[in-house]
Amino acid sequence: MNILSLFGRRGESASVAKNRLQILLAHERADDGSDAVLISSLREDILAVVAKRVNIDPDSVRLEMDRSGEVTTLGIDIELPPTARAS
Amino acid sequence: MSNATVVVVTSGKGGVGKTTSAAAIASALAKEGYQVCAIDFDVGLRNLDLIMGAERRVVFDLVNVVRGEASIKQALVRDKKLNNLYLLPASQTRDKDALTDEGVASVIEELRMYFDWVICDSPAGIERGATLAMRYADEAIIVSNPEVSSVRDCDRIIGLLDAKTKVAEEGGRMPKHLLITRYDTERAKTGDMLATDDVVDILSVPLIGVVPESKDVLKASNVGLPVTLSDETSTAARAYTEATRRLLGENIPVTIPEEKRGLLGKFFKGRAA
Repeated sequence: MNILSLFGRRGESASVAKNRLQILLAHERADDGSDAVLISSLREDILAVVAKRVNIDPDSVRLEMDRSGEVTTLGIDIELPPTARAS
Repeated sequence: MSNATVVVVTSGKGGVGKTTSAAAIASALAKEGYQVCAIDFDVGLRNLDLIMGAERRVVFDLVNVVRGEASIKQALVRDKKLNNLYLLPASQTRDKDALTDEGVASVIEELRMYFDWVICDSPAGIERGATLAMRYADEAIIVSNPEVSSVRDCDRIIGLLDAKTKVAEEGGRMPKHLLITRYDTERAKTGDMLATDDVVDILSVPLIGVVPESKDVLKASNVGLPVTLSDETSTAARAYTEATRRLLGENIPVTIPEEKRGLLGKFFKGRAA
């Protein structure tokens, strides 16, 4: 028994591990590759819309999916060239 | 003529204790009097022969048998202590396509006639060796450490067991048993290690045993004896023996064997923890 456990503080890394695994595996078990297909189609669509107005490098469009428990969020990050606002 | 139960010992991740467990359980079954054959499926990186202390007596191997270069009976290596325990070694060939589905099917079918239990020691990964090791199994023992990457890989393996095995393809459901190895009761108690209940919860596979981290496992492998034969009183050997009894269908509660200590040892252990 160490000083910390006297004050009721226990290691918490195991419950963090359990939580992370449960979220990850819920997604992996359901994963049929459709996420990847969705992301790449969305990326193409977004790129086409933006390219109508701004000349951008295709690599400057980044999509990120964040799965955390019940909610999945989609982050879109588009880097505009320095001259974009002038055009 | 017997009709063996074929059990695959698998995990996905390497280094979690598949070979140690396969050797320990095969030996424990043989000690109960059953005719047992352990097969090493780790072609190119065989080690079950070393753990069972049979490395100097290997002549033919699984690939020789699959290719028809040797008969099964020629290739089987009899254990030096138990005359009802046999090993079918893997080959050391670098050709990873050396095993064929049909070849393995006919080897397993023949072994079913000679033995009561056939224990397939799977290689790590999800490549051909691993999928063929599980392909014709009747039951699976899934070996996991209480650690995130090991648990995740077990989940992948469970998916394969339910999809890529003969039992699954015929519409059945392969019975699975979870074996947690390298467990540290103290660390689980303080919340620094996934507890057995956590792993069972996540994987939803019934527990067949919990093998505590034990110095005796390394000692046993040093001398080439399965841990259930080298020191029957060690915590690991007791855990494997209990797991084996559950595999045989005995309904005994899962316990985590502890080191036997004197009063003084208990006192100091309590202080140190």
